[in-house]
Amino acid sequence: MESLIELKDIVKTYKVGSVEVHALRGVNLTIQPNEYISIMGPSGSGKSTLMNIIGCLDTPTSGRYELEDVPVHEMDDNQLAEIRNRKIGFVFQTFNLLPRANALHNVELPLIYSGVHATRRKALAEAAIEKVGLSDRKSHKPSELSGGQRQRVAIARALVNNPSLILADEPTGNLDSATGDEIMQVFKDLHAAGNTVVLITHEKEIAEQANRIVYIRDGNIADDVRI
Amino acid sequence: MTPFLIKLWENIKIAIRALVQSKMRTVLTTIGIIIGVLTVVSVASIIEGLNRGFANQIANLGSNALYVQKYPWASMEDFSKFRNRPNVILKEADFIRERMRLAEAVSPSTGTRQDIRSRGKTLNGISVNGVTNNYDVVTGLVIEEGRFFSFAEIERDKNNVVIGWEIKENLFENRNVLGEKIKIGTTNYTVIGVTEKRGNFLGQSLDAEVYVPLGTVFKNFGWHRSISIAVKVTDATRVDEARDELRFLMRLARKLKPTDEDNFSINQQDVLMDMYNKLTGGLYTAAIGIGTLSLLVGGIGIMNIMLVSVTERRKEIGIRMALGAKRKVITFQFIVESIIICGVGGVIAIILSYLVSIIISKITPFPSAVPAWSVFMGLGFSALIGLFFGIYPASKAARLNPIECLRYE
Repeated sequence: MESLIELKDIVKTYKVGSVEVHALRGVNLTIQPNEYISIMGPSGSGKSTLMNIIGCLDTPTSGRYELEDVPVHEMDDNQLAEIRNRKIGFVFQTFNLLPRANALHNVELPLIYSGVHATRRKALAEAAIEKVGLSDRKSHKPSELSGGQRQRVAIARALVNNPSLILADEPTGNLDSATGDEIMQVFKDLHAAGNTVVLITHEKEIAEQANRIVYIRDGNIADDVRI
Repeated sequence: MTPFLIKLWENIKIAIRALVQSKMRTVLTTIGIIIGVLTVVSVASIIEGLNRGFANQIANLGSNALYVQKYPWASMEDFSKFRNRPNVILKEADFIRERMRLAEAVSPSTGTRQDIRSRGKTLNGISVNGVTNNYDVVTGLVIEEGRFFSFAEIERDKNNVVIGWEIKENLFENRNVLGEKIKIGTTNYTVIGVTEKRGNFLGQSLDAEVYVPLGTVFKNFGWHRSISIAVKVTDATRVDEARDELRFLMRLARKLKPTDEDNFSINQQDVLMDMYNKLTGGLYTAAIGIGTLSLLVGGIGIMNIMLVSVTERRKEIGIRMALGAKRKVITFQFIVESIIICGVGGVIAIILSYLVSIIISKITPFPSAVPAWSVFMGLGFSALIGLFFGIYPASKAARLNPIECLRYE
């Protein structure tokens, strides 16, 4: 396996009413295993669309996307769901935890959809929660946790299926700067432990913590900088 | 467990959790289904009760008994047509008794309504049956106290009387009645027996009757009356054959020409049952139909709630999809929720319908029984309604775009 992600001539066009919106205009991007990469750009630049395509939540209008040499752009909804489940760990700006389920159950969720047996599921979820340092909070509901703790639960959920890629969309956007720094440290640790991390952000300071920054502007890659 | 079973079980748990989390909504929706199923099952049990009650009462007439009478029991024709028929007379009963091969017993009887008095108490308009000594055998009348008439008593037109259970209650309460005198019309009679409690037939008590020798009715209340000839058939499987023989003998006794219509009726309990079914069948179908409508309303309630629920839980659906839930898994989760609501509602409704059935038989004269088929129908129906009205909201949930769902706040 050469590269983890291989995007070739990715084009995404939306129709809003009768107007065609060109969100991505032929993006080429390669990401190697164990890279720590930021995708940066102003709002409307197409970075969210790119994230959705990398995260297999959306499919390109044209172009090729290979994830671990598997052509993802040809897949149907069910196959994409399976890829999301096994290969991608999402971390969102608004955490996106199930509000009425406790931390442990939230972390278990991806394992439920991959059909892991209950006892093994619980063990894996507890291990993931321990990795983010929240073992003593595992039976708390999201409303009983601070913003930073919620994001840690979300990171544990992203990790639990041992994905090929952690995809974080503005993970510090809803946090104060001190908590944001803590969360960024978690990503740094995950990268150090061998994970591939893709960070989507519009904040320069956040983006600069990665080893590589890809700038998106008007649906194209404007710059690709390795630090 | 295979991954499939794990997923199935987890989905059921997710559905239950979602239902428990919105208790009020679940309870209200369930009530809709409960009312629907309860209506259907209750209507069915009232109908079943009425049917059973009627069948039981008809059975009192004796399944292998034929009755030669002036009027038919049930007819779609105008009854005035039968008024000019000749009375059925005692001689015809004798004629049949002497000749009929398939008759085990032939029992002529007649009736009148009279006031009955005893020790200052009066019962008005009591049915007085003039009978012969084998009337009890032919009609299945059971004597609880004392005895029925002997042949000699009938021959001599003795002023003896067998009274119904209710007459005894009303006139004598718990005292011994055998040997007591009661006055029927203007004549005193000696009580020789009491019949066993029989209940109601078409709303009329069968226990508020008295029985006297046939001849005494003619003697004391006038000769010009038509009798009823009860014929007990030797073999219950040959009732139709016996009916033909009886008709032939009656026509012979009356010297009817082959072209003449029968000027008498041969009645049988089947006729009543047929009539009953004809009269009530349509009514019952309509009642069940109306009950089903309320089930439908409950189902629409389910669909409404599920649709609201899908909109409200878009974020949850988006999260689940992002984490790898396939569309069919989302569909399944919502259908399971709907089926659980309906299933639980159905079970509660059936428990309630047993209570309703008990209450109905306590406070109304109608017997009521929850038939087994209505339980299965009620449960099956509610599960089907859950499935049917759950499919649309569930597929709507599954068709949602995860990206838009995640953006939804």
